[in-house]
Amino acid sequence: MSSGDGKNRKLVLQLLGVAVAMFGFGVFVMPPLYVTFCEITGLNEAGIRRAEAAPVNTVGDRTVKIRFDANTNSALNWDFEPVARSLEIPVGEPAEAFYVAENLEGAEVAGMATFNVSPPVAARYFVKVECFCFSRQVLAGGERREMPVYFFVQPDLPDDIGEMTLSYTFFKNEDPSVAQATP
Amino acid sequence: MSSITGDDVTIGHDEAHAHDDHDHKPEGFLARWVFTTNHKDIGTLYLVFALLMFFIGGSMAMVIRAELFMPGLQLVEPDFFNQMTTMHALIMVFGAVMPAWVGFANWMIPLMVGAPDMALPRMNNWSFWILPFAFTMLLSTLFMDSGGPAAGWTLYPPLSLQTGDSFAFVVFAVHMMGISSIMGAINIIATIMNMRAPGMTLLRMPLFVWTWLITAYLLIAVMPVLAGAVTMLLTDHFFGTSFFNAAGGGDPVMFQHIFWFFGHPEVYIMILPAFGVVSEILPTFSRKPLFGYAAMVYATASIAFLSFIVWAHHMFTVGMPLEGELFFMYATMLIAVPTGVKVFNWVSTMWKGSMTFETPMLFSIGFVVLFTIGGLSGLMLAISASDLQYHDTYFVVAHFHYVLVPGAVFTLMAGAYYWLPKWSGNMYSERWGKIHFWLSTISVNVLFFPQHYLGLAGMPRRIPDYAPQFADFNMWSSLGGFAFGLSQLIFVGVVIHCVFFSKQKATAQVWEGAKGLEWTVPSPAPHHTFTTPPKVTAGMVAHADDH
Repeated sequence: MSSGDGKNRKLVLQLLGVAVAMFGFGVFVMPPLYVTFCEITGLNEAGIRRAEAAPVNTVGDRTVKIRFDANTNSALNWDFEPVARSLEIPVGEPAEAFYVAENLEGAEVAGMATFNVSPPVAARYFVKVECFCFSRQVLAGGERREMPVYFFVQPDLPDDIGEMTLSYTFFKNEDPSVAQATP
Repeated sequence: MSSITGDDVTIGHDEAHAHDDHDHKPEGFLARWVFTTNHKDIGTLYLVFALLMFFIGGSMAMVIRAELFMPGLQLVEPDFFNQMTTMHALIMVFGAVMPAWVGFANWMIPLMVGAPDMALPRMNNWSFWILPFAFTMLLSTLFMDSGGPAAGWTLYPPLSLQTGDSFAFVVFAVHMMGISSIMGAINIIATIMNMRAPGMTLLRMPLFVWTWLITAYLLIAVMPVLAGAVTMLLTDHFFGTSFFNAAGGGDPVMFQHIFWFFGHPEVYIMILPAFGVVSEILPTFSRKPLFGYAAMVYATASIAFLSFIVWAHHMFTVGMPLEGELFFMYATMLIAVPTGVKVFNWVSTMWKGSMTFETPMLFSIGFVVLFTIGGLSGLMLAISASDLQYHDTYFVVAHFHYVLVPGAVFTLMAGAYYWLPKWSGNMYSERWGKIHFWLSTISVNVLFFPQHYLGLAGMPRRIPDYAPQFADFNMWSSLGGFAFGLSQLIFVGVVIHCVFFSKQKATAQVWEGAKGLEWTVPSPAPHHTFTTPPKVTAGMVAHADDH
């Protein structure tokens, strides 16, 4: 076996290297890869793109219907609803929509909303200018607040998309390092 | 010590017995089994451990089938039912099938390539002895306040993160199983690459060795990914990270991608060695060389490669872009091509052969037929448009049990019957082997075939109760399940009888049509074999195309 030991050592080290590399692949490569994939395809990160201002565009008479959806995680005792269930807006023009959140607890609670636009193909054309979901929201006990979102739909929206849904889910957020809303 | 070479092909059982006197087995239980570095003893340990786990996991399946015997909640609490489905899967996958294949690899690969032992014998000891600790930890969660894992073996968050403090035990048990598998795989690759006897070229290796070489590479590539995924679950659960927590900016769907990047190669880890065993047994009892040896090797390698690019077919319903659905659908269907090559080659091997139907052959033919049924339902599931209907129903349960029970488990049985005379030196009872086969085959179909219909009718999996219209098929399925479970006790009886009581001694060659290095050593295989490497020439091995 003496001649085999050197060969074995080299092979074992190589194979161990592969195993360690694959662990790194799972933990350090796949998550960012997944985020990139979602950005390209418009999944999850849907509508995260912020614009400083609405495009200056000559707009046709095309409109698109936006539905508004609201969810609250079970750990957060808030009532969270859209003011209007849907809006018909002209493509390319800035628009605003309102949600209303009410803290049903007696004490101050902070929450933060995640968002999603479906269908995913439509998401990359949906641009938020300003949104309550960009920052942490703190509601005092029993406080009720209207929360606006300013957005527009890019004029190059494919013709076959006539409707899309903007959905939010509010989660409890106890991490004060997250940017906080200044109402 | 007598050197055993390929020239001893004709050795009789009397001479074989004489070799035992020169075995130099260590004395005492501790030295023989706990400190062992002998590939045969470690192989035996793996096989006994796997059989024990097979019955523990099987008894959990009996709890599941007993609860599902009738609609309504009868026997167990829903939460315990969920723990049973989860633990049944974890134990069968990581405790029964995988260690059983490593046991076969330990016993047979050195004998098949003409090596005196595994390349790294002390690491071999360690890979085995980690396992009892890993499974003690996993099973102990059932007795903890927060109960065992109940989110399914896939451990999807956020559900799996609702497991209590026992979750840490589950994660560390999975880590230990992973370490054991990776060490075992490294050992197998080092043995095959560095310790083949002179003349045993790569394309002369028996197919079981080939399939295990490829399986070992899969293990090294994906077990660390699983370790990474469960580590992220651990930190999400206990240390406040948000890899998979939407509230913190993470994404639970990402876990599914990482898990199935491991999970799909994992299912091939369980089935590729089965392909190898069947490719050994069919030629022996057909008395013909394996049809298309090289094609079998390339098909195995293709299946292994494709297993890395099909994972998302397990998650067609998460809301992927259409392009993604189509890519994963076509890539999945592509696997049918190399798999079809294998099935046709097995059939062609039997074609015009002088076939006899001893128990290993029966289990192998049962495998070819029933595995193909499982493969076909897999093709149905691969169609992403119709998968939306089948997803998470009993159709999926029927599919993967067809490929794992009459697939992997039947070939484990076939291999055990095939090599048991070589291991023990005695012949097993052919009559009881055949009874075991026929009872298993009939009951496994009664058990799993109705589940196809249940799934198509919409019965969801992993739920302890169901609507009354599913009652009849579930009752059939449960009856089949009880019969299948009891039939496996016959196997234990046959093995105990063969090893300790059988009077019929095995010859070195054991089977009339058997070829290959393992049949040139006496039966039972002495404690040390091939201390002088045999010289392998064309024609000595069973399946190479070059003879």
